[in-house]
Amino acid sequence: MLPELSHEEILRYSRHLLIPEVGMEGQRKLKASSALVIGAGGLGSPVALYLAAAGVGRLGLVDYDVVDGSNLQRQVVHGTGTVGRPKVESARARLLDLNPDIQVDAFNEPFTSANAMRIAEPFDILVDGTDNFPTRYLSNDVCVLLGKPNVYGSIFRFDGQASVFYAKEGPCYRCLFPEPPPPGLVPSCADAGVLGVLPGTIGTIQATEAIKMLLGIGSPLVGRLLLYNALDMTFEYVKLKKNPNCKICGPHPEVTGLIDYDAFCGVPALRQAQGGVHEEGSAGRDWDITATDLAAKIGRGEKLRLIDVREPHELEISYIAGAELFPLGELASRLPELDSAQEMVVFCKTGTRSRRALEMLVSAGFRKVKNLRGGINAWAEEVDKSLPVY
Amino acid sequence: MSKNKTMPIIRIPTPLRPYVNGQGEVPVQGKTVAEVMQDLVTQFPSLRPHLYNSEGQLRPFVNLFLGADNVKELQGLVTPLNETDTLILIPSIAGG
Repeated sequence: MLPELSHEEILRYSRHLLIPEVGMEGQRKLKASSALVIGAGGLGSPVALYLAAAGVGRLGLVDYDVVDGSNLQRQVVHGTGTVGRPKVESARARLLDLNPDIQVDAFNEPFTSANAMRIAEPFDILVDGTDNFPTRYLSNDVCVLLGKPNVYGSIFRFDGQASVFYAKEGPCYRCLFPEPPPPGLVPSCADAGVLGVLPGTIGTIQATEAIKMLLGIGSPLVGRLLLYNALDMTFEYVKLKKNPNCKICGPHPEVTGLIDYDAFCGVPALRQAQGGVHEEGSAGRDWDITATDLAAKIGRGEKLRLIDVREPHELEISYIAGAELFPLGELASRLPELDSAQEMVVFCKTGTRSRRALEMLVSAGFRKVKNLRGGINAWAEEVDKSLPVY
Repeated sequence: MSKNKTMPIIRIPTPLRPYVNGQGEVPVQGKTVAEVMQDLVTQFPSLRPHLYNSEGQLRPFVNLFLGADNVKELQGLVTPLNETDTLILIPSIAGG
């Protein structure tokens, strides 16, 4: 039995009730349905706002982060007044203001192998709005194992992807991407930046697909991958097929339960490497230098080259006097300009890209090189407070 | 975006553009998927580790589409290409 709509709800949803594809029955279906939104960030914001507005009866939000000022350029469910508060609480308040007739369950915790099945089980559909590979594989596997659709969206700078991975009817995420790229190969939005409205475009597509799936109308993106480029303003589709060798949804699955997704994506190695690049003979060596220690070295007049591996346009935001620009993408071809006998410190915005630069230099035989921990942002906080943090 | 195509083109996704001088499309030589991919990494050697493993095989997360079809569903790396074809490299991205 589908729940009835109150007079207030009939007024609220009248534009839906006028569409024959939704109508009274469809709106009651939405009221009876539930969706779990993984990540209350760039994608999760429009997804949650539109699902709440559409009257999906129960929404779950999972995120362990707090709202930061740098989120507000795109994470429209949050506001200046909720900076510093847990994202799921900030979002919950906004969603209930938008639609007090729905239930919003806030999970202020990381989505992990330990809690994912418990959190996801009661929901009809999952919407993947996460920002990292381990959680994307986790969301996929949870959906395959529980037989639920996974509404996928992913963004990078001006590029977006969307699909509906539903192993019962089509391919899953692992069919397309059997393995993640090595850590560090694909920069995150925090390092590479993202057009603020891009997650709006992709997130509203995810919300559309979730509503279609919940209503059982139209042609969902099952078996299709949407590729969007905001700069060229192009939408393209490619066909996705079930991979007969898929390790989780194929006929002979190797993955029959949740695994250690950080290990699968090589993340522990990355974390270990924060203190020392993994390379024979260099285990345990500290390849990092703090901003304070670097400032002290410079103050003592020690001779060292400062190598800035950010992109040229980032110099307009902040720069360290005397640093030389070697954008990460050019580093490999410009190695001859560097001298392995000379002491060097590489840096970027937060230390992620420069760690890749460090790995590249170490594997090319450089030893007198260190990575500025926390990047120029740490320098701005610890040494030169006239610089902005971005 | 060349109008009179005389060579196949590989479309480069944003995350890999720094390795091809920022270009969105790269004209390549070759008559099969394998040949044009080799030509791509010969033209831009710093791209090679992103696409191939140390054994010289394409990495599993590198997806190549000819039109709407994954080349895995066609004839794989020996899928023939003509000079008007565009091969789309689909990246694994995770931003949200």
